[in-house]
Amino acid sequence: MSRLTAVFENLAQAGRKALIPFVTAGDPTPEFTLPLMHAMVAAGVDVIELGVPFSDPMADGPVIQKASERALANKMSLKKTLAMAAEFRKTNQSTPIVLMGYLNPIEAMGYENFADASQQADIDGVLTVDLPPEEGADCAALLKARGIDTIFLLAPNSSEERIRKMTSIGSGYLYYVSLKGVTGAGHLNIADVENKLKQIKAITTMPVGVGFGVKDAQTAKTIASVGDAVVVGSALISKIENNPANPEQAKAEIIQLLSAMRAAMDAA
Amino acid sequence: MVTEVKMTEKYAMPDARGHFGPYGGIFVAETLIPPIQELNEAYQKFLQDPDFISELDADLAHYVGRPSPLYYAERWSRELGGAQIYLKREDLNHTGSHKINNTVGQALLAKRMGKTRIIAETGAGQHGVATATVAARLGLECVVYMGAVDVARQSLNVYRMKLLGATVVAVESGSKTLKDALNEALRDWVTNVDNTFYIIGTVAGPHPYPAMVRDFQAIIGREAKQQCLEMTGKLPDALVACVGGGSNAIGLFYPFIEDPSVRLIGVEAAGDGVKTGRHSAPLCAGRPGVLHGNRTYLMADDDGEIIETHSISAGLDYPGVGPEHAWLKDTGRAEYVNITDDEALEGFYALTRMEGIIPALESSHAMSHVMKLAPTMRKDQIIIVNLSGRGDKDMQTMAKREAIEL
Repeated sequence: MSRLTAVFENLAQAGRKALIPFVTAGDPTPEFTLPLMHAMVAAGVDVIELGVPFSDPMADGPVIQKASERALANKMSLKKTLAMAAEFRKTNQSTPIVLMGYLNPIEAMGYENFADASQQADIDGVLTVDLPPEEGADCAALLKARGIDTIFLLAPNSSEERIRKMTSIGSGYLYYVSLKGVTGAGHLNIADVENKLKQIKAITTMPVGVGFGVKDAQTAKTIASVGDAVVVGSALISKIENNPANPEQAKAEIIQLLSAMRAAMDAA
Repeated sequence: MVTEVKMTEKYAMPDARGHFGPYGGIFVAETLIPPIQELNEAYQKFLQDPDFISELDADLAHYVGRPSPLYYAERWSRELGGAQIYLKREDLNHTGSHKINNTVGQALLAKRMGKTRIIAETGAGQHGVATATVAARLGLECVVYMGAVDVARQSLNVYRMKLLGATVVAVESGSKTLKDALNEALRDWVTNVDNTFYIIGTVAGPHPYPAMVRDFQAIIGREAKQQCLEMTGKLPDALVACVGGGSNAIGLFYPFIEDPSVRLIGVEAAGDGVKTGRHSAPLCAGRPGVLHGNRTYLMADDDGEIIETHSISAGLDYPGVGPEHAWLKDTGRAEYVNITDDEALEGFYALTRMEGIIPALESSHAMSHVMKLAPTMRKDQIIIVNLSGRGDKDMQTMAKREAIEL
């Protein structure tokens, strides 16, 4: 059983929902991210989505775009992100890591090399924003052969046929994009999310995480009442953006927000 | 429509999922899959619809001003002393470039699909102007994304777009040029998928854009083929066109792909020189990768991050290229060369002074290559070069280079 599946099964048995933070590796500096990952685990997160910086993050709003730019300014790369994940794994064998990013860095490395390197770094899942299942079957098969899950996005306008396609190629969990837009955009409509999740749940037993637009503890709590996992990214990264001279302050604020979300979700 | 001349028969690219061999495809975030499917269905349907075709043909004739002339550059040919040079005069189209051929077509699609809002990206501003123009005519809301660097160097076109009623958004992210404008347009589309039609200006992006834009631009090559046969009684020996994303080049090349005697030559922008790294020549000096929805040749580093490009011409300042060009390169059907900023200027001045025609800086790259190519060919041979746009928009750039205050 994959580390991701185990985490979701344990949570389900305990009647709890997963909290999944997204942070961009190397933002604002390469030294910042690893201690942050351990601190987030201590604050009660269940899975970490580790963003691989990319020069042209087409599906991201301004907050995560700038995170990528800060990380790339410090020469962060897919290789260094994998090394960071391997380093994390030395002292944490239980928290799954999902790499989240865009396809071109993987193309540059080569699919097979990437799958091997991910296995060596003990990566648990890979979510590639611009690699839909029609084009992604080869990469998913290489990862699957190495025990790594491929996580697919689902959108409000995804048809039933597409949901079935994701469930047949994807594994670990599905990531439901709660609104039409980029990361960190507007406000999600909980009734719409609930309706769409009902449709997805009728098709698959795979856990469904919900992200894009989760800004505070109250939203996290509401989402946790309908989904299996709450994904939060821009709201965390904006703490880094807002504290350019004081990364320790940024870290404290990130942990504070995650702790509040954890408490709100568990009280539900 | 030109129907009596033989066009492509066996060459059936792309496949149903938009692949040109390993290139092309659909590489986008999930939210964009449904609108892309919707677009593809509409495009396949209307391409077979006689009403649609006749409306398009009427617009091309009476609004764009087609057919554009094939002009024999007699003096320039004599001066260069080799092949006879013919210019396909896309600069004479309404709005001043080939871009309008495609925006007229896509706008008609948008109207039939019931979309009320048009978005576009633009580099030099020619596609932005051509989009703002058709949006004004159809009474559709129009938002054009343009890199902040390009807004500064193509301010005349920015003003034209605003006059036409478009909102021009200066994009401040990344390198602030065409690729960043495309990123921002994709972000807009993903947010407003229900009412918005994205008019991509080149033969890139996810399927069906590369095929659809090619089909709308192929009028260039269809006309050129018939005109050349009428004027000279034979096919040309070589076609030359500049390549940024590659829409004017593919438009000229496509109807000649199955005529093996015709050399197809695409001219990329070498900027300061390919060896300096400051250029926009992915086919000559890049590697395959995935950007903006398709797999193609890209300018990227070893980690797969996109490299900043450089060219004197904003319209060629792009790190990717249409996937069909990648395929034509790999199969050897087309050749790709590159021309530096300085060489492009030689082409600019030569055409201006020899023929009294001021070319766009983009097209000047093709002119410059003709100056190299023509003298190596016999006098009974023929080159058709695509004069894809006129140089009016570049007056400020040129004046600045010559230290003249306008």
